[in-house]
Amino acid sequence: MTAEGIPGKNVATGKFDQNLAGRYRMDKIFAAAAWGATIVAVLILAWLLLTILMDGIGTLNLNFLDSFPSRKPERAGIKAALFGTLWLMCIVAAFSFPIGVGAAIYLEEFSDDNWFTRLVEINIGNLAGVPSIIYGLLGLAVFVRILEPITGGRSVLSGGLTLALLILPVIIVATREALRAVPNSIRLAGFALGANKWQVISHHVLPSAMPGILTGVILALSRAIGETAPLIAIGAVAFIRSTPDSLQSSFTAMPIQIYNWVGRPQADFHHIAASGIIVLMIMLLLMNAIAIYFRNRFQQTR
Amino acid sequence: MTAELPVNEIAPGTWRPNRSRSKTIELIIKVICGAFAAISILTTIGIIGTLIFETFAFFGDLPLELSKDDQSVSFFQGILHFLTAGRWTPLFASKQFGIGVLISATLMITFISLAVALPLGLLAAICLSEYASAKVRRILKPVLEILAGVPTVVYGYFALLTVTPFFQWLLGPLENALPWWPQLEGFNALSAGIVLGVMITPMVASLSEDAIYSVPQSLRDGAYALGTTKRETVWSVVLPAALSGIVSSLILAMSRAVGETMIVTLAAGANPTLGFNPFVPVMTMTAFIVQVTAGDAPYGTIAYKTLFVVGMTLFLITLALNVFSFWFVRRFRQKYD
Repeated sequence: MTAEGIPGKNVATGKFDQNLAGRYRMDKIFAAAAWGATIVAVLILAWLLLTILMDGIGTLNLNFLDSFPSRKPERAGIKAALFGTLWLMCIVAAFSFPIGVGAAIYLEEFSDDNWFTRLVEINIGNLAGVPSIIYGLLGLAVFVRILEPITGGRSVLSGGLTLALLILPVIIVATREALRAVPNSIRLAGFALGANKWQVISHHVLPSAMPGILTGVILALSRAIGETAPLIAIGAVAFIRSTPDSLQSSFTAMPIQIYNWVGRPQADFHHIAASGIIVLMIMLLLMNAIAIYFRNRFQQTR
Repeated sequence: MTAELPVNEIAPGTWRPNRSRSKTIELIIKVICGAFAAISILTTIGIIGTLIFETFAFFGDLPLELSKDDQSVSFFQGILHFLTAGRWTPLFASKQFGIGVLISATLMITFISLAVALPLGLLAAICLSEYASAKVRRILKPVLEILAGVPTVVYGYFALLTVTPFFQWLLGPLENALPWWPQLEGFNALSAGIVLGVMITPMVASLSEDAIYSVPQSLRDGAYALGTTKRETVWSVVLPAALSGIVSSLILAMSRAVGETMIVTLAAGANPTLGFNPFVPVMTMTAFIVQVTAGDAPYGTIAYKTLFVVGMTLFLITLALNVFSFWFVRRFRQKYD
């Protein structure tokens, strides 16, 4: 710390607070506040999870998983949304995984420190801070409107591409960290044996970075399937009575379906919204568990 | 790697790798990877391009839209109207485009959320890095990560169907006892802001915790040697040393809150009103975008273009906050080594 702060304080003027008991009392209050804040955060999480469990567990059954949306809450189900989300996940993974990993390999392994690399780096930092709904507007203008002949308008492909762009910065950052964690001695050993850069990357660097990369990709995917706003912006509709059968089908997704049910006035729809949330949270939990499994394996092998 | 060297098949000295082919492959891969890296730049160009294009189209149409009711309006009067008008009714017959209405609601909810996230997140960060043992830390950090990973639509459900009824029950006696006390409506900025604050708390906590944790132990030891208590050390040595990281985490959280959509759309309502009353329904910028896109705005209409103007405003605000946060860290970061 700088010395400028001291003249304004009591220390320099000799009014040092010697009331040690009082200072210790303040200490206790402060520690209690810090613990209190942490406990409050945990309690809120517990409150959130408990409310949803209690609201939704009653209407969660196989019938709910296997039915299409309906105007009658007791008949409505989440099948269309579940399949929509699975389709979205495959499309997002198919695009964002190769592009994100390729971009990260370029930045970390191939490029020199030139203007292009620096531009991409600054750019990725900024893209990560752009609100998700803005990506939705981009998807609406580009994928739904301009590329309509390819994507089929408000289709599952448009949704997947929008979400892929959204999580690209996350995947690039995670992949770069995983690549950076690979010891340089592995690269040097490869070069010493006469391998060129790509051979070293594809045979040695990528395999040993793969658990870390997969962790990042799965976490990014779990973020993508929880996103609602960009999908609403590109015009995904909640009332669809079929599962997608091609990339150009119209679609719905779990968060959209949940949003639609929460927004209705009848309490019965709120219960099935909670059931939908339980299904969504279980999916996210599974994905996180897989990511944590990869992370732990990664840390053990190093 | 498995050891499958073709030792027995090739006589020593005759192994000639096809170097020109592997060089070509390397070049192709390098170009492809470079192109993938360029996609991130294309995304930015796409975002800024579409926003600017439709924003200009909007301001081009604005004078015509406004002059339907009364006399003709010039281009600059249109911009002035956009910035200063007190009503936001682009979907009505008599259209008004005062962006201030949406900005006021967005700011109010953002500040409510910061009022929750600042004390909660900062105290949790201090607790994790200064008070909690390593074991407790290992349990609490994943809990915060779960809190950060909950989809925002779930928080929206929580705000609308749990927190608002809870506050209505809590504030009910006040409404009965004090005649001037405003009634908390079913959609309101208060619950939305508080739940939004809970949503950004993990972000504040984990970024601040990183900053606090990286303050060197020697500074704390020095403070203890001068006879300070633990609280005084944290308060007057550790926190000032970590200030740049803490402030930047707050600004990033604020930017996140400004751009958050689902909580405010579900819990804060869709009623564009100018002012800062947290008890009534309001409409944020993001909620407006959802309202219009959910109702299918046909391409080329003024409603379609307002989407992008609001998006542009939102983009500029979040960009300014993000840039300010980066600048703040660079300008005020303390280096200890």
